[in-house]
Amino acid sequence: MTNYSTAPLAKSNWNADAARHLLTRAGFGGTPAQIDALTAMGMDRAVDYLLNFDATPAAAINESDFDKDVRKPLTTEARSLVQQARQAGNEAALAQYQALRNEQDGIDRKQMQEIQKWWLRRLIETGRPLEEKMTLFWHGHFATGYRTIEDSYHMFQQNQLFRSHAVGNFADLVLRILRNPAMLKYLDNDESRKGRPNENLARELMELFVLGEGHGYTEDDIKEGARALTGFTFVDDEFQFAPNNHDGESKTILGQTGNWDGDDFARIILSRRETSEFLCGKLYRFFVNDSPGMPDAKCKSFASALAAELRKQQYELKPVLRLVFRSQHFYDAANRGSTIKSPTQLIVQTIRELGTPPRELATLNAAGDLMGQSLFMPPNVKGWDGGQSWINTSTYFVRQNLAVYLITGLRPDAFDWDADLAKWDTTPLERAIAARTNGDVSKESDALLDLVLALDATEVRRTQFRNSVKTLGGPLTQARLVAALCLVTAMPEYQLC
Amino acid sequence: METNTPLTRRIFLQQGVTLASLVATIPWFLENSAMGMLSADRRVSSLAGVPEDRILVVVQLGGGNDGLNTIIPYGSDDYYRQRPQLGIPAPGTNNGALELDSKIGIGMHPNLLGFKELMDSGRLAIVQGVGYPNPNRSHFASMDIWHTAKAQGRGNGWIGRYVDNACNGSPQADAEIAIGRTAPLAMFGDLHKPVSFENAKLFQWTGKELPSGLDSSYEAMNRAGALEGVAPGSQAAFLMRTALDAQLSSDRIRIAMDKTPLVAYPNSQLATQMKSIGAMIRDQMKTRVYYASISGFDTHGGQAGAHGNLMRQVGDALLAFQNDLKAQGNESRVVTMVFSEFGRRVKQNASGGTDHGTAAPMFLMGGGVQAGVHGTHPSLTDLDQGDLKFTSDFRCVYATLLDQWMGASSKKILGVSYPNMKLLRG
Repeated sequence: MTNYSTAPLAKSNWNADAARHLLTRAGFGGTPAQIDALTAMGMDRAVDYLLNFDATPAAAINESDFDKDVRKPLTTEARSLVQQARQAGNEAALAQYQALRNEQDGIDRKQMQEIQKWWLRRLIETGRPLEEKMTLFWHGHFATGYRTIEDSYHMFQQNQLFRSHAVGNFADLVLRILRNPAMLKYLDNDESRKGRPNENLARELMELFVLGEGHGYTEDDIKEGARALTGFTFVDDEFQFAPNNHDGESKTILGQTGNWDGDDFARIILSRRETSEFLCGKLYRFFVNDSPGMPDAKCKSFASALAAELRKQQYELKPVLRLVFRSQHFYDAANRGSTIKSPTQLIVQTIRELGTPPRELATLNAAGDLMGQSLFMPPNVKGWDGGQSWINTSTYFVRQNLAVYLITGLRPDAFDWDADLAKWDTTPLERAIAARTNGDVSKESDALLDLVLALDATEVRRTQFRNSVKTLGGPLTQARLVAALCLVTAMPEYQLC
Repeated sequence: METNTPLTRRIFLQQGVTLASLVATIPWFLENSAMGMLSADRRVSSLAGVPEDRILVVVQLGGGNDGLNTIIPYGSDDYYRQRPQLGIPAPGTNNGALELDSKIGIGMHPNLLGFKELMDSGRLAIVQGVGYPNPNRSHFASMDIWHTAKAQGRGNGWIGRYVDNACNGSPQADAEIAIGRTAPLAMFGDLHKPVSFENAKLFQWTGKELPSGLDSSYEAMNRAGALEGVAPGSQAAFLMRTALDAQLSSDRIRIAMDKTPLVAYPNSQLATQMKSIGAMIRDQMKTRVYYASISGFDTHGGQAGAHGNLMRQVGDALLAFQNDLKAQGNESRVVTMVFSEFGRRVKQNASGGTDHGTAAPMFLMGGGVQAGVHGTHPSLTDLDQGDLKFTSDFRCVYATLLDQWMGASSKKILGVSYPNMKLLRG
């Protein structure tokens, strides 16, 4: 029987498996030594350690880490020069200007690749896994794509916004996202003005960001909300309220009438009960179980308890996450190995857990793209669907081959043996196996499965793997361990976390 | 290797695996095909009058193909005025266009000899001036509009929606295959995600290349289906069954590719892709939609040589493909559609190239097309900011293919009813 209680897990049920479950879900997994350390803390301290990550040092991020001026708008002077050239039919000048723009496009795309690598490296190296995990959550929730906005610095800026609000206040984040240049551009609010409002941002704010599709609003509310948002735009890298473009007349949103602006609009929808339920449903799928149809009717009491806590805490996220990560339901057997690793989770967790070299970040990003998750480039404003949608016959092979690449250096896209043969120090893993087998070689294959798979392997699988390890001969060290790991990571169960 | 044993069965026999229950070990696609869109006997149709073995092949020309130097309006003085260096001379002159219709004064790029042969043998339809309202001149944005068939370019793909719609809720493995590194948005539905691979050799586990001899272990683990002890509706069961599907799909594709094609293909990027698609069609795969794509059409500078080479590549590759299908006896089953995200500016620029434009021709080919030139050529004088005004909406072409070729409801898939065009026979 599944336990649906929000009550904290009993001390006696806290063990290395539970610690590992917590670390993979609230982060990206860790080495056996890290899991042992977390186990020793006890659950309460372990959860607080992950949640109160401010206490853990992290690599500094500066505004100047990337060039903010790649996409600087034309100066008034330059703009008038272009206009003159156009009027005069000065083809040579226009071609020069076009060449400059093309060059700028290229530089910006390169910077975007650098930012992708930068974030992936941070995901791999961070001592604050929950900070990055929630940054990834918000990126999927407030999905904004580089392909549409074509401004790498704005994507970096938005990524920083998500990080700074990772476990902060949701209402605050909503107000901030309505002032975020990348979002304003992505959903065309920079072109929305009095008299001809663009409904894009208002619609998605209700449908995808705050209330959830069909949750108690009408097309009229969207139209009125769009009017409220007019004038919310940006100049260069900064939000700007353009009073001349703002519709200053009265609007009625969800039954409330007033001379609303974008902030009022956000406050009105944030006051609705549907908001907490919608967000907690998404958090549930992200952290607890992403099987189709989850959270289902049986989880209702658990999901409602999360929503109630979110309302009580006035959208502060930490108390809600603390409730999840300490709950009996979270640790229930039904929720172990019940989410499918996102491509980013797969890449980062494989490196962090097995301790493989990260190899080449550009190759990892390319693999992420092939598996359906290119950072900063969600497929659309809905973000990534997650769960089973990650898996099909193509991505399945890429996932297996990505693991082979991380473990051996064998590239997923070409058979190039010399590509990346960085030596991988397998001794920590060997030590962890030894600690679990007390020198009994016959127990090694089971120990490895228990270390690497989120789900308790079935007897059939254990027998299969025991036989495979036998054919490798000898203890699981170095080359044999590498070979055995290629097999474990090729098991369907490896895709679960 | 045993012969005449169905592939799936042979695979089961090869594996010394404990089979838990029959249902759990049946790959999704076998289970689905009993009730899904593709009946086991491909001659039997569930839609009156629409054979279920029809195939659509989409060829994408990425970067914005210069329509005016593909189908040449040689009868127009404006064309040569706007393109003093880039204009292709009239037929009959040195390097002149290939004649299409002397009455209207249109021809084809001189390197499109392949298309010329297809036209002469009644296998090519040209749709002139295809575009959409409020054209977007960004590559990404315009491509997304073509892929989603939606004005905003947001949402899932039109082919994906078609496959979702056709499968009655049970996903079909291999329903759509894209050749290339990444699968196009057009093929992503809610339920269906396309199979995509650049090279069939890579559509398998690379661990086989390792010296440890892990093959048989790998096979046992990935071909067992849902194992005993795994809850039937669980994520683990889903993964185990997808693993089996992936192995079978990989086998089928590589077996298909192993055969030598019936005709010689040229040596080019597109030809290699078309050769793969030809091989899969020949092998009776149940795939309904294939997708090939090449890029390089963004000819802002020094266009003449580069575009000419691309024209030759496209014409020759697609002629070889059609001839392959003909030799296979499959030409009447397959329609190929060629498109680009936009055409190019009428006036050439100062770098011997052309900038992003709007409307451009589309091409349909195969035994089932109504050969000839369709639609009207956009005016070269009545322009919108220097660009052609489209005369046919690309969604009318999609609707025609969906309704008349694939036997689907285009209204359901495109959301709006677009008038069909007379592009197909019968």
